[in-house]
Amino acid sequence: MTILTLLVPLALGLGLIAVLFFLWSIRSGQYEDLDGAASRILFDDQPSKESRP
Amino acid sequence: MTAITAITAAAPALSTAACAHCGAPGARFCCAGCEAAHDLIAGLGLEAFYRRRETAAGELRPAEPAPGTNFARHAVIESEDAHGIDLLVAGLTCGACVWLLEQALAAEPDVLRARANLQTRRLSFAWRGPAERADQLAALIARLGFHVAPWSPACLRAAEDAEGKALLRAFGIAAFGAMNVMMLSIAVWVGSDMGEGTRALMHWLAALIALPVVLLAGMPLYRSAIAALRAGRINMDCAVSLGVLATTAMSLSETLRNGPFTWFDGATALLALLLAGRVLDRAARRRATQVCAELLALQTGEVARHNSAGIERVAVESIRPGDRLLIAAGERLRLDGVLEAGEALLDTAASTGETLPRRFAAGEALPAGAVNMGAAFTERVTAAAKDGSLALMARLLERAGQARGRYVSIADRAASFYVPVAHAVALATFLGWWLGIGVAWQEALVPAVAALIITCPCGLAIAVPAVQVVAVGALFRRGVMVMSPTALERLAACDHVVLDKTGTLTEGRPVLLPDAARPASALAEAASLAAASRHPLARALLRAAGPIAAAPDVAEIPGQGLRRGAARLGSAAFCGVEAPEEGLTLFYRAAPEAPAIAFRFADALRPDAAPAIAALHRLGLTTELLSGDAAPAVLEAAAATGIPAWRARVTPADKAAHIEALRSAGCRPLMLGDGINDAGALALAHASASPAGATDLAQSAADLVLQSEHLMALPAAIATARRAQAAARQNIAASLAYNAIAVPCAVLGLATPLIAALVMASSSLIVILNALRAGREVAP
Repeated sequence: MTILTLLVPLALGLGLIAVLFFLWSIRSGQYEDLDGAASRILFDDQPSKESRP
Repeated sequence: MTAITAITAAAPALSTAACAHCGAPGARFCCAGCEAAHDLIAGLGLEAFYRRRETAAGELRPAEPAPGTNFARHAVIESEDAHGIDLLVAGLTCGACVWLLEQALAAEPDVLRARANLQTRRLSFAWRGPAERADQLAALIARLGFHVAPWSPACLRAAEDAEGKALLRAFGIAAFGAMNVMMLSIAVWVGSDMGEGTRALMHWLAALIALPVVLLAGMPLYRSAIAALRAGRINMDCAVSLGVLATTAMSLSETLRNGPFTWFDGATALLALLLAGRVLDRAARRRATQVCAELLALQTGEVARHNSAGIERVAVESIRPGDRLLIAAGERLRLDGVLEAGEALLDTAASTGETLPRRFAAGEALPAGAVNMGAAFTERVTAAAKDGSLALMARLLERAGQARGRYVSIADRAASFYVPVAHAVALATFLGWWLGIGVAWQEALVPAVAALIITCPCGLAIAVPAVQVVAVGALFRRGVMVMSPTALERLAACDHVVLDKTGTLTEGRPVLLPDAARPASALAEAASLAAASRHPLARALLRAAGPIAAAPDVAEIPGQGLRRGAARLGSAAFCGVEAPEEGLTLFYRAAPEAPAIAFRFADALRPDAAPAIAALHRLGLTTELLSGDAAPAVLEAAAATGIPAWRARVTPADKAAHIEALRSAGCRPLMLGDGINDAGALALAHASASPAGATDLAQSAADLVLQSEHLMALPAAIATARRAQAAARQNIAASLAYNAIAVPCAVLGLATPLIAALVMASSSLIVILNALRAGREVAP
């Protein structure tokens, strides 16, 4: 059972990283335009002057 | 998408079956605007757009230049020599449109960045140079066929949804917590050979995750529960909050006592499922509010004010009493005022319901909301926007809307009788085990709290939201915007429909009447002249003639007509016809000696008005027509659509009073109206709807906005609402039936966290599957 001392913090740490990543993605506005992102992926030539709003 | 788009997509350059730009059936180019737009796109090397776009045919037709909005006023300084602006782009419906806009703007050498948001229809771009450049760039977008308006505060409110973001964050945290706690719980459930020490470790780890999650992610629910308690009501959130908090506290005490089971998994999974329902529900309604904010943004605009130097375009809010405004032909009056000089012909349908335009003499008061059907004139403003008749009406509506906000939904009604019962059962369980059987109070708490969490399974809490999400989404796809959370419930209960005539049952705009005596070529000839004008009758003529190219060198004589060489199109006097001036007639004379041809117009019924009324009758609703128009016109409309009861010359106050009378007689009236004169009645009715093209006041008073031109959407919406209501009732019944089995288990102390999890998951699944049935397409 000593393996738990390694595995449990590891599992919790990974979960925590995932939740922090999720919070960051909300904050940086990645859920603002789900429809746009879905079709944007199909453009093969990106506008030369595009930047984040 | 449509077959037409498919054809243009396959052979954009060769197709002659549809317009190469907008896809409307007909010639290679349906109008000069489309040809110019196509050339512009080809010139930029962006023809790939036509292979990718998915817009409906005809949607991208560039509109006639709107009376110039001053975009430069809305530009903001971004750095020392760069400006930026946010615009609302109404025609933005597919990924190809986003691509085209961004590419077309990026092709301008001075544009620094351009980014379009497909979901909020917001286009933001920045350029190096003066603010005035905004007008040129906005005109470029308009030439491509998109309708642009400055990004208004209302759009911002609809798009920047802080509460929705908070919900999403809470849901993410709850889902994370539920999954991790479940991972530990499963280890406890299956690990029968687990030692006591390891089990305690698992419980402590679960507590470590669950406590902050319950505290953080539950906030939206706790807030709503506290708000309800403060208002002296009990809603479902009270039950859920108490259940979650009690379960967490009991589990903590079990962890401290080193008991065999903890219930952290149930508490966090309950939170996650509830929040998922909220997030979906909100997303469904947010799209509806966004579409409406967009419609309103295209309506609110600027006015032309006379000043010492000439004409300047300013925002309506900055106009003071005494200012003089120039009202162009076809423009809507936004402020109360008096006519300064001459004579004006106004269409007052929106404020009184009259179909025929009325003449106003100098000095006469002009109602806000009327549309100028004649020549341009000058109006002297008598009240600023915030004191005018429209603002007064808006305040009245707000008060009426608050009254409706007190409507108690079926979910809350169920909660108000169910919550006390559930809590009483839990209390009785606790007292029974503690005093009756005589176990320690901590042990007696376990079955009591188990009863509490089992009695508030998500089944009951998401029974109604799940149905709402499905039904609102299905209606949205059919062009019906649901504006209020309780709208569907109220709509399902309606038993009587009160309809307005002008603009609701009818198109609300002049339509050319067929005339067998008229030579066939005359329409096309007259329409080629009419294409040069913004006058409402000229536009109606153009619509009747179909896609037609504007003739060159047409001169417009304001208030009289159009002239090209010897050909004339306009009023009787302008064409030299001895005829009484009738409201809705245009005359055309190809040459001075040629016979004059009359084009008569009328406000026609919507094509599906009669079938829609018949469908309402089939649904068991009675109908009634109330109109401000004269009796013969109302009688005709009632007879043509099969509405049994009608009243003519009804004032706005009469309409509201009639709705009040119906309500006090025990009726649940559904009001369908579009005008300023209907707004009061809309706000008072049990449920209300307004059709496409309604005035902004009517739209903000209505529960449903029908975005399509078809009235059939209303019976379809009622049928959907009734199915949704039936599904919601079945869901509540199903989750109560679950409780009948699960609660005795919990009370007897037989329920383990595993059983609670199974009950929760299976009842939720049944409720969600049942809710999906509410969205099916069924002919009303």
